[in-house]
Amino acid sequence: MRTGLIARKLGMTRLFTDAGTHVPVTVLQVDNCQVVAQRTAERDGYTAVQLGVGAAKVKNVSRAERGHFAKAKVEPKRKVVEFRVADDALLDVGATLSVEHFVAGQIVDVTGTTRGRGFTGVMKRHNFGGLRATHGVSISHRSQGSTGNRQDPGKVFKNKKMAGHYGDERVTTQNLRVEASDAARGLLMVRGAVPGAPGSYVLVKDAVKRPRADTAPYPAALTKVEAALS
Amino acid sequence: MARNVLSEIEQEQVAKLTAGKAMPTFGPGDTLRVNVRVVEGTRERIQAFEGVCIGRRNRGLNSSFTVRKISYGEGVEQVFPLYSPRIESVAVVRRGDVRRAKLYYLRGRSGKRARIAEKRDDRAAEAKTETAGS
Repeated sequence: MRTGLIARKLGMTRLFTDAGTHVPVTVLQVDNCQVVAQRTAERDGYTAVQLGVGAAKVKNVSRAERGHFAKAKVEPKRKVVEFRVADDALLDVGATLSVEHFVAGQIVDVTGTTRGRGFTGVMKRHNFGGLRATHGVSISHRSQGSTGNRQDPGKVFKNKKMAGHYGDERVTTQNLRVEASDAARGLLMVRGAVPGAPGSYVLVKDAVKRPRADTAPYPAALTKVEAALS
Repeated sequence: MARNVLSEIEQEQVAKLTAGKAMPTFGPGDTLRVNVRVVEGTRERIQAFEGVCIGRRNRGLNSSFTVRKISYGEGVEQVFPLYSPRIESVAVVRRGDVRRAKLYYLRGRSGKRARIAEKRDDRAAEAKTETAGS
């Protein structure tokens, strides 16, 4: 099991192919993704790498976090996430990951936090049909209608779809094809839509429902140390 | 910052797709002949679609234009992405003189009422006659 990557969603565009078709893609940017810590079976009971991405202002980082980043000898990161990996795919602390970790044609899963929509009604939240526009319906054109039966059972069943908070939840979109990766700019282009607003962070991993691509580098695609220093 | 990268990508694509391809300037009202690459099984051939341009959408890479023609008495409209590699070339057959950006009013008209006057470039014609006369 390889590690994933933390990326920032930039937005969507389209790619025209040589065959004349076009592909809708989401552009993801991986900005200076480094290994911040390791989790090992002996010490923690599981194997994982902790990755950090982006750059945080030092004044906005707590003293405890500053110590954590100092121990790894990396710059303070905007976003830190752990990825479970196989024992032989553990990466050194401080290693910088490249977008070439994912190759074109590979299938990935992308996890993000959907846009928060606040308290919404049932028509938006659960695609209910609402009530009629005329025929005596008064004030309640977008209401849910009945929520149950009568004295028997005498209650509203659990999990009844009702109005409430919608969005701002963690969603994974599975089986998206990687159309291109641009190492120079740290860009990854994934076919189709990805959860989250532009500018939000998403997690990109190898698809769980597909075998791992043979061309994908194992354990990970790292950028050279010279490149990281310059 | 984020949007800049997206527009950069789109501009690069526009540059790549327009390389070696000259797109004439045209607008609504012009009669166009659009040569489209059509794939039939394994064979590829070029099919022309000739009609009046009834609108343009200018959105960088996502630009498109709509062409309307009457085919066997039935109105047919086709929207072409301006930068599609499927478009082999576009030729302007006739310049039309119109006063709207979108000629959707043509949809409700037929025959003589759906005509568009040809654009006359009087200034160029005048200049020519003057030089000839003097």
